Amino acid sequence: MSSLQMPKVDNAIVSKKDKIASDLRRIINPKNVLSNLDELRPFETDGLTAYRQMPLLVVMPETAEEVSQILKYCNENKVKVVPRGAGTGLSGGSMPLEDCVLIAMGKFNKIIEIDYENRCVVTQPCVTNLAITHAVQDKGFYYAPDPSSQIACSIGGNVAENSGGVHSLKYGATTNNLLGIEVVLMDGTITKFGGKAMDAEGYDFLGLMTGSEGLLGVITEVTVKILKSPEVVKAALVGFPSIEDAGNCVAQIIAEGCIPAGMEIMDKALTKATNDYSKAGYPTDAEAMMIIEFDGTEHEVEAYIQKAKEIAEKNNSSSLKISKSNAERLKFWAGRKAAFPACGVLAPDYMCMDGSIPRGKLAEVLNEISRLSKKYNLPVANAFHAGDGNLHPLIMFDANDKDSLRKCEEFGADILKYCVKVGGALTGEHGVGIEKRELMCEAFNDKDIQQQLTIKVALDPNSLLNPGKVYPILRKCAEEGRVHVHGGKTKFPDIPRF
Amino acid sequence: MSMEEKQNSQTSLDFNQNIFKPSSREEIVEIVKNCYRKNIPLEINGLKSKNKIGRNFQSEKTLDLSNYKGIIDYKPEELYIKVKSGTPLKEIVEELDKNNQQLAFEPNDFGYLFSGESNSGSIGGVVSCNFAGSRRFKVGSVRDHILGFQGINGKGEIIKSGGTVVKNVTGYDLSKLISGSFGTLTILTELSIKVLPKPETSKTLVIKNPHLKKALDYLGKGLSSSTDPSGGVFYPDYFGKNFILNDLTHDGGLTAIRIEGPINSVDQRLDRLSKELGLLNQELSILDNEQSNIFWGRTKNLEVFKSLKGNLLRIVVPISETLKVIQKFKNYEIKYFIDWGGSLVWFSIDQLNTKILSEIKEIVKKHQGYITLIKIEEDLKASADIFTIDPIKYKISEKIKRSFDPKRIFNPGKMYTGI
Repeated sequence: MSSLQMPKVDNAIVSKKDKIASDLRRIINPKNVLSNLDELRPFETDGLTAYRQMPLLVVMPETAEEVSQILKYCNENKVKVVPRGAGTGLSGGSMPLEDCVLIAMGKFNKIIEIDYENRCVVTQPCVTNLAITHAVQDKGFYYAPDPSSQIACSIGGNVAENSGGVHSLKYGATTNNLLGIEVVLMDGTITKFGGKAMDAEGYDFLGLMTGSEGLLGVITEVTVKILKSPEVVKAALVGFPSIEDAGNCVAQIIAEGCIPAGMEIMDKALTKATNDYSKAGYPTDAEAMMIIEFDGTEHEVEAYIQKAKEIAEKNNSSSLKISKSNAERLKFWAGRKAAFPACGVLAPDYMCMDGSIPRGKLAEVLNEISRLSKKYNLPVANAFHAGDGNLHPLIMFDANDKDSLRKCEEFGADILKYCVKVGGALTGEHGVGIEKRELMCEAFNDKDIQQQLTIKVALDPNSLLNPGKVYPILRKCAEEGRVHVHGGKTKFPDIPRF
Repeated sequence: MSMEEKQNSQTSLDFNQNIFKPSSREEIVEIVKNCYRKNIPLEINGLKSKNKIGRNFQSEKTLDLSNYKGIIDYKPEELYIKVKSGTPLKEIVEELDKNNQQLAFEPNDFGYLFSGESNSGSIGGVVSCNFAGSRRFKVGSVRDHILGFQGINGKGEIIKSGGTVVKNVTGYDLSKLISGSFGTLTILTELSIKVLPKPETSKTLVIKNPHLKKALDYLGKGLSSSTDPSGGVFYPDYFGKNFILNDLTHDGGLTAIRIEGPINSVDQRLDRLSKELGLLNQELSILDNEQSNIFWGRTKNLEVFKSLKGNLLRIVVPISETLKVIQKFKNYEIKYFIDWGGSLVWFSIDQLNTKILSEIKEIVKKHQGYITLIKIEEDLKASADIFTIDPIKYKISEKIKRSFDPKRIFNPGKMYTGI
């Protein structure tokens, strides 16, 4: 692994491993406390596999009450805790710490209630995203957010990361599709935020917890809204001679007032890679390829797809295919959905970045990425949720070569800095985690960050819950001169850094 | 900082006045820093369209943000508008109209209720109260449309969260937290708001029907159909006369379902919806775009409660509970209407006292909902809890309040005693 700095290891805790394990075995079923190295191994990394660390212990609670007891114990004994869902996160949000108890939520895997009258599903957090749709699809419903990893990622993890997906342009991300959660705070308090009644009164703790990357509480129950499946879904597969043309087409489709369900662009490199991999029939000679999908009733979809076609033609589209059947539409998507494995064929490893930019800056940002690609001498392929400005450059590298990993990290950081520079964000849907932690100073000044840290401290005074994630570790930010440091002391010496 | 703001910031602030009316951010910072130092509580106002909602509280000074206004940046193709917090909602809506765009959350206009005429308030007030209109179940609440904000915390520090892009998960989503916080956490200075294209057309299916049970059945079926409605209300008999329009001569109870989108699609969906609901022609009217907009405008403006003398309460429950809750209210003299496709109940009650209020609260709580006292008589307001909170959430709220406003100088006690 690279030399990523994590919070200082508390050796006193590490040396008490056996005692902590036996204490925890008194709290929960002893079989659900894992302490042997071979048992811990599967938990050493999440979806950001370039970084690995074995946890001190793994616990697998079965009820919210057990989670509460574990957190209470850890809080009282100053033991760090890292929560983990399915472990598919791409920013290292559930990467363990050497001195942490990792709470693996895998046993929370049941759907609790399907409530068609109120159009919602109440579920335990480690049910997968796709399992929710599977549970309601026979009645013609589905759960809208669809991160690429939906087959494996857990709904609790989706809440922690505020996951999006290709359809968030029209249907929003997790936060817009969530009605309520049950959460356990670090002091063991169990509480519910939101519920089946919309917009619960008082401070919006549901909104605060969503996307808080496991720093504020452990989610033990989730209530999501479900939607009626659209009657007709159609997609257009369009090739463009330049990225600029594709970008203009996106802007004009939005300006015309049609909001597609999804609008994806891939650059030439990725179009070719995915087409080779999945034989999707993509226009491999095009500089940019776009999938535009509309859903709704027949007339609606027809009206929008015609409009999109006209706009694409006005913007010099070099090829245009409209799906004639659902099978054909799925074929259009097959390549896009295989973007990751396709890159896996091209290089030993790849890192998927996740920046957000104003839609109109697409061409500019892609040009910069290609300049950086030459500078770092690492190939890159780009996928882009064009409708909502969410860019996913896939940087290819070799993890066994330390220099290659370092270059990849720097390349990625440069891309994200550029995203912020043009008015975008460091992360659109993957979260900050450990990956983008030190870049927070690019997006926020010290006052902004301190305000967020003050909230963290209000709910977790000992900063034991998922430390080392999201917020910069002091040293680097101070070096970059953005956190105010005077005489070696921070402005708020009483506030712990994460 | 613009030239104008620079000039303003040079004018020295007279701290002896009781009402501050700043026009620059620097002035607001100075005011807050002063209040922080001297422990002076501030009442924060925009255009006062909703300032009667919430508890009465003691404040020494008032911060009037109505001069802190203006559109900072509007990018129709990027679907956002960035404005100063005191900007009248009306001004924003007019600007968006020029590009055929809208704020999809159609916030309520409380002016009719409190003063008998329109006052849709300032954007800062709209966000601080988070009361979304009829599209709630389809497009989300006010908070779902806030992309980012800049504000001033209780120590006078400028803070920000979010940005102008729609996909952003960088750090805690404080835009959510400040929405609906009634000005108790931060003084909002700038807001970046998601805007959306207006639908090509909007039509409304009106079903002549005086019965609540039937209405909830229509709304439930409508909302669960693939016709994708964007509004669903029920008005009982006594409100029917408020909605007489060219194509709606019926003056009794009615259920209305709105369908929006491209013209062809709207007609197709309306046709399908009336078939799915098993409606006969004589039972229904279809409102065209213009009349539909008038109808939903009146709903958004709570016009049936225009210049209301009595009390107005707002209840949100899961749709499955609405009928049971209203049936339990039969003992009280209430007038109500239902929005959000069945889960939002607005109701007026002339006779309200502590006992009745606690009974009503008990009923709502039992049915997994919550109640907000929008307008209540002064005598009762002094003692009643306007918002309801349990002890655990109170404790967390107290901590969050302190993290933004350690000396409790922003609207102290407006939401809860001690917060």
